[in-house]
Amino acid sequence: MINVELSNKIGKYTTFFCAILIITITMAIILVIAYKGLAIFTRDGVSLRNFFLTTKFNPDATPPEMGAATFIAGSVAVSLLALLFSAPFGIGLAIFMAEISRGWERKIMQPVIELFVGIPSVVYGWIGISVLVPFIRNNIGGMGFSLLAGGIVLAIMILPTIASVSTDSLRANPADIREGSLALGVTRWQTILMVMVPAAMPGILTSIVLALARAFGEALAVQMVIGNAIRMPTSLLAPMNTMTSIITMDMSGTVMGAVDNDVLWTLAFILLLISVVFILIIRTINRGRTAMG
Amino acid sequence: MIGSRNSERIATAIFYLIALLVSVLLAALIGYILYQGLPVINWHFLTAAPLPYQAGGGIGPEIFNSLMLLVLTMALTVPLGLGVGIYLSEYAREGRITRAIRICIESLASMPSIVIGIFGLMLFVVIFKWGFSVISGVMALTALNLPVMTRLAEDAIKNVSPDLREASLALGATQWQTITDVVLVAAIPGLVTGIILSAGRVFGEAAALLYTAGTTTSALNFTDLNPLSNNSPFYLLRPAETLAVHIWQVNSEGLNPDATQIANGASAVLVIMVLIFNLVSRWAGNWLFSKKTGQ
Amino acid sequence: MFSSKRGLGLALSVVLAGSILLSGCASNSRTSPAPSTSGVSTSGVDFTVSGNITAAGSTALQPLVEQAATQFMQSDPNAKISVQGGGSGTGLAQIAQGSVDIGDSDLFAAAKLTAAQATGLVDHQVCVVGFTTVVNPNVTVDNLTTQQLQQIFTGKITNWSAVGGSNLPITIINRPTTSGTRATFKEYALGGLEEAQGIALTEDSSGAVAKAVSGTPGSISYLALSFASSNNTVKMVSLNGVAPTNANIISGQYPIWSYEHMYTKGDPQGLTKAFIDYMMSPAVAPLIQQLGYIVGSSMTVSRTS
Repeated sequence: MINVELSNKIGKYTTFFCAILIITITMAIILVIAYKGLAIFTRDGVSLRNFFLTTKFNPDATPPEMGAATFIAGSVAVSLLALLFSAPFGIGLAIFMAEISRGWERKIMQPVIELFVGIPSVVYGWIGISVLVPFIRNNIGGMGFSLLAGGIVLAIMILPTIASVSTDSLRANPADIREGSLALGVTRWQTILMVMVPAAMPGILTSIVLALARAFGEALAVQMVIGNAIRMPTSLLAPMNTMTSIITMDMSGTVMGAVDNDVLWTLAFILLLISVVFILIIRTINRGRTAMG
Repeated sequence: MIGSRNSERIATAIFYLIALLVSVLLAALIGYILYQGLPVINWHFLTAAPLPYQAGGGIGPEIFNSLMLLVLTMALTVPLGLGVGIYLSEYAREGRITRAIRICIESLASMPSIVIGIFGLMLFVVIFKWGFSVISGVMALTALNLPVMTRLAEDAIKNVSPDLREASLALGATQWQTITDVVLVAAIPGLVTGIILSAGRVFGEAAALLYTAGTTTSALNFTDLNPLSNNSPFYLLRPAETLAVHIWQVNSEGLNPDATQIANGASAVLVIMVLIFNLVSRWAGNWLFSKKTGQ
Repeated sequence: MFSSKRGLGLALSVVLAGSILLSGCASNSRTSPAPSTSGVSTSGVDFTVSGNITAAGSTALQPLVEQAATQFMQSDPNAKISVQGGGSGTGLAQIAQGSVDIGDSDLFAAAKLTAAQATGLVDHQVCVVGFTTVVNPNVTVDNLTTQQLQQIFTGKITNWSAVGGSNLPITIINRPTTSGTRATFKEYALGGLEEAQGIALTEDSSGAVAKAVSGTPGSISYLALSFASSNNTVKMVSLNGVAPTNANIISGQYPIWSYEHMYTKGDPQGLTKAFIDYMMSPAVAPLIQQLGYIVGSSMTVSRTS
């Protein structure tokens, strides 16, 4: 029988070891991606200006053309478009759930949101290809594979993020500010607009940043519907590409250490940096809040 | 000029409309998937192997692979996540290491799954020479699921009433005994709910598996159960395309004449599985909670 | 009570770790050598080998490899051959890095890999495949000259009326730059001219191209004959008056073709060797012709790169 004191020590050190393991894993991933991501500049000699500001992308050419502007612009465009479509609905839904619904509505909408989250991203991409793309092609224009298709698919995917985080934030508002406002004769809608939403603003902004992060990082659903043409996202109905889609399409066809492989790691590194920046933004938004209460 | 009473009514109506639209959208999505996919699903579809270039293939091995990868991933991440969760909620003091852990968890959680997938390609498939295999996929999924599990564990443990802890310690139990025999037991409903929910997400993962577990699977021979044999479904170095990846692959490689039906059927199966995971997590959570609290 | 559950969990993890390590050790090469019995077929192929191998790469070659693998596995139930697509670039990159057992490619390794990356690769040319321009069946054009193709794919011609068709905008569907089909088409149909960037929809694979072309009015793309000739849903277009038939390729009149390579890292062993022997054996020749490829020995012209 293991001595109780010994098992206490073993327990403590085992859990500490797990914690160290998670630090190791994370640091390993981040450092390796950073190292490989910078190789294009340090080892392969591509200039920053070349990478970020030119649009010609052909790693096979001599000299290799490494313009990643189309991918970065594409990711930004499709993510912002998705946000534009889904933020009103997400925040509206959150207001509904937190302020307006009486109880039975919330009991329905809660599982609805959970189900939205649960549907895998490939399935969204598949519905996008089989329903949305032909619809756009036949009723709106273009080839169907487009920025618009990507934006709509992503909007549906990030809607639950905005809705659930905003709902939590609104519900976390102390009840007295609502009571106080209503007691002063302000209507419910005015209270929501002028008191509750501003009070929950850090949380709502957090939900938007989280949704943006999710949109930037989505790979397969987007790759299936945007047409993957290497061009700047100048038109809503024309095919385009994103950082994640070019990684998905080209990664397996490149050899590690080669220039065409390095450039994909640089894009992965940029994605990583974007998510880090978003984490920092969220922390900054919420720093004031925790200080308050 | 709209009076405040009318603007009140209009606003309320708009919000109900939004909720209605969102619900209708979900119903439409799930309805479409089931409408297109259910007619394709039959026993043959669920058990037969995919035919590479002909019509009439099934998704049997893909379902098995999804489940196998899920079980292996959970086997790795639940203990690890629990370990970190316990450490953070019981032992950790505010300090540099604790802050480092939290930052790492957040960073890992926010990493796009395709990035973890290509990291897995580099490390497990190429450098370790495991190739496109079960074990490469499990490693990638573990990296993906670990932060989720850690947060889950920490929240579940933190939600346990401090009185329970105090009482146990007061009775003379060591900290470790308190954790294992009191706190974790009390946290089981929350843990189980969360684990099953996260299992649903792991089941549907594709981007991380595309370049680690591969886009093909060998026909599974269930008579050979030895994990060390090349032929066995439990052989860890065999390629293991999962259900979610199959949907992408069938559309991308386009060799099957019935690719659309296969994708529809596979999507329906995926969505049904997710629904099952969601429901089971609720019921399990409720049942365990009622057992624990005697309600 | 909990400690026994924890113990169980610990034991399971140890078993898991153990089997991972053991399976890793048990197969550094992922095939096992053939036992020396006399179960070989008359074509010299060993059908008694067991093992688990993966072939990946060219989607133009994929149908042939899939069907041949199915037939092989019928004769050898202990063999497991998995075939992936991904394009010739994937086949070459992954075999160069040793993460698959066979790399299928429409291109010679030197076309996509540096000398350092290609060290140790052994080429097995299993057949020849032709490529053709394909268009949507609604397009009325039957023949395109090299110059017209160049102008279409660089975006200078954007409507079918400019090349003798109806007033229909041209929609280009192309493949990623890692595709062997694309590289071969560029070399022999476009005269080495690079496609203009950003004017086309990109599809992952030959199969996806076939589907996209058949479903998109006014579309044009390039496809292996193994897909195009058996597929009634796309229309083939002649090049400079020469029809894209296997006969024309064999005689040397039609230039858009390439060898289908199956690369291995070093000389193949075990199941890999058995399968490659099978692919190169006369037993597969009927399958090659049936699927629209060309048996290598019937060619009257040859290339070295």
